[in-house]
Amino acid sequence: MRALVWRRFRKHKPAMFSAAVLALIVIGCVFVPLVLGYDPYNAPVELRRQPPALTHLFGTDELGRDLMMRIWVGGRVSLVIGVAAVFIAITIGTLVGAVAGFYGGKIDNVLMRFNDFMLSIPNLFILLIVAQLLRSLNLPEISGGPVPIIVIIGALSWMGAARLVRGQFLSLKAKEFVDAARIAGAKNNRIMWRHILPNAASPIIVSATLRVGNAILTESTLSFLGFGIQPPMPTWGNMLKNAQSQMVIAPWIAIFPGLFIFITVVAINYLGDGLRDALDPRHVE
Amino acid sequence: MTRYILRRLLQAIPLLLAISIAVFALMQAIPGGPLAAYENNPNIMPEDLERLKDELGLNVPVHLQYFNWLTALLRGDWGTSLVTQRPTLVEIGERLPNTLYLSIIAFVIALAISIPIGIISAVRQYSWFDHVMTTIAFMGHSIPVFWFGLILIIIFNVTIKNPFTGGPLLPGGGMYTIGATASLEDRLTHLILPASLLVIHNLSGHVRYMRAGMLDVLLQDYIRTAHAKGLKERAVILKHALKNAVLPLVTIIGLEIPGLFNGALLTEVIFSWPGMGRLFFNSIERADYAVMMGVLMMSATLIIAFGLITDVVYAFLDPRIRFE
Repeated sequence: MRALVWRRFRKHKPAMFSAAVLALIVIGCVFVPLVLGYDPYNAPVELRRQPPALTHLFGTDELGRDLMMRIWVGGRVSLVIGVAAVFIAITIGTLVGAVAGFYGGKIDNVLMRFNDFMLSIPNLFILLIVAQLLRSLNLPEISGGPVPIIVIIGALSWMGAARLVRGQFLSLKAKEFVDAARIAGAKNNRIMWRHILPNAASPIIVSATLRVGNAILTESTLSFLGFGIQPPMPTWGNMLKNAQSQMVIAPWIAIFPGLFIFITVVAINYLGDGLRDALDPRHVE
Repeated sequence: MTRYILRRLLQAIPLLLAISIAVFALMQAIPGGPLAAYENNPNIMPEDLERLKDELGLNVPVHLQYFNWLTALLRGDWGTSLVTQRPTLVEIGERLPNTLYLSIIAFVIALAISIPIGIISAVRQYSWFDHVMTTIAFMGHSIPVFWFGLILIIIFNVTIKNPFTGGPLLPGGGMYTIGATASLEDRLTHLILPASLLVIHNLSGHVRYMRAGMLDVLLQDYIRTAHAKGLKERAVILKHALKNAVLPLVTIIGLEIPGLFNGALLTEVIFSWPGMGRLFFNSIERADYAVMMGVLMMSATLIIAFGLITDVVYAFLDPRIRFE
C-alpha cells in the first residue's frame, strides 16, 4: 500500500518539486539563522533601507535589520503557527464530524446547524474581533505571541473539516466491516475511532495539508493588519505591516516576505494535490 | 417557489439573532469597553464617567443591554458612532454603496473572464492553454491578497510612470482625487487597481469550478447524442453543455459569499477605499462598538440575502431542483 502511494506520488511532478521546495524552506528556517551572522531584532540604524546587495541579499528594513535573517526567523513562526493551527482545526473538525456522521439524527442536525452558522459569518471579521478581544485581555505571558493566534485560527477554521469527516462517516458506517465489528462486540467508541477513522484517513490527511496553506495565509493576513503576532517577533505577515509606508523608497521590504508566503503556500497546495492523487486515485476534481 | 423563499426568509431570523447574540457577547467580553480611553484621562472626573455610562446604557445588566440594543435596532436606531458622533446607519449608508460598487463590478468582470476560460480549458483539456490557465488559477488561489495588492501598487503606482504627465500611472488609493472636480475618468482610474485585485481574488476559484463542471458534462450521453445529430461543436458546447456545466459554479458562488466580504475588507484597507470593510476595520481599532455591530449585522444580512438569491438562481437554472 505504502509503496503504491509513493509510486503514484512520485509521478506528480509539481508535487515532488514542491516537496523539495518545502524541505528547503524548513531546513532554511531551522539552520540559516544559526549561521547567518545578523541580529534579527537590533541593528545599527544607519543601515536602514539598504537595497539588496551582496552583504544583505534581500536588503534591510526601515530599522536597518537584515531582511533575509528576519525572513528565516519569521518563517519559523509562520510555519509553526500554520501546522499547529491546522492540528487544532482538524482535531475539532474530526470530533464534530465523526459524532455528527456516526450518530446522525438530532445530534447531527444540531451540530450541522452550528456548522452552517459558523460558516455564515465572514471569518476575517470574527477573527479580527476575537484577536482584539484576546489582545485587550492583556495576558503578558502570551499576548502578541503565537499561542493566541494558533488557538484563534484553529478554533475558527474547523468547519470544512467537520463537513468532510461527517460525509466520510456517513458513507463508511453503512459498510460491512462496521457490521462485522459490531457483531464481534465492539462498542460505538471503538467502532468510530478504531474502525471507521483509519478508513477516512486519506481525505483527512489531504485536507489537513491544504489547510496548512490557508492557515499560513490567515496568520499573515492578521499580522499584516496588526492583529496577529506583534513586533519585534517577525512573521512573514507582520514584516509587511510597515512595508506599505516604505513602498516608494524601499519596495523590497514589501516584496520578499510576501514572496516567501506565496512560494510556501503554492508548494503546500501542490503537495496536497499530489497527495490526493496518490492516496485517492478515483478522486476526480 | 414563493413558499420556499418565505420559509428561507423566516429561517434567516433565528440565524441573525444567533449571530447578533454571539457577537454582542464577544464584544462585552472585550475589557475596557468604549469608555476605556476616558478612564485614564485625568481631565475626566469619575462622576462624569458614571454619567456617561448611564447615558450610554452601560450600567444595566448585559442581557438588558442586548435587549435594548436589539429593540433599538428594530426601530431603526443603530446607535451612534463613538468616534464621529454620527448615527451608525448614516455611516453605513455612506459606505455600503462604495463597497457594492467595487465588489459588484469586480464580481461581474471575474465571471465574464472565468466562464470562457473555464470552457476553453475544459474543451481543450491538456492543451497548452489549459495548462497555463490551470497553473494561473492554482497560483491565484495561493497568493496572499494583501501582498498582491502591495505588488500592484509597487508596479502601477510606484514604478511605472504616466508617459504624459510623469506622475504615477494609476492612483494607489482612494475612490477619487480629493479636491479635483468629479470626472468619470478620475473614478475609473481609481477603480482599476482595487477592482483588479478583487477580480484576481475571485477568478481562480471560478475558473477551476467552471472547468470541472464542463469536463463533467462533456462526458454525458446527451452530449454524445448532440454530436451524433451532427450539431456543430460550438452549438453543442454553448447550447447543450454550458447550461449544465455552470451549475457547480453557481453552488460555489453561494458558498463563497462570506469570502467576498473578506476580500473586500482587505482591498479596502490596502487601497484606502471608503467602504464598509474599512469602516469595520477602523471601528475595531477604535473600539467603536455601535459601528462594529452595525457593519456585522448588515454584512450577515447581505450574506444571507445573497445566499438565498444564489439558491433561487440555482433552481431557475436546474429544473430538476424542486422546493417542496
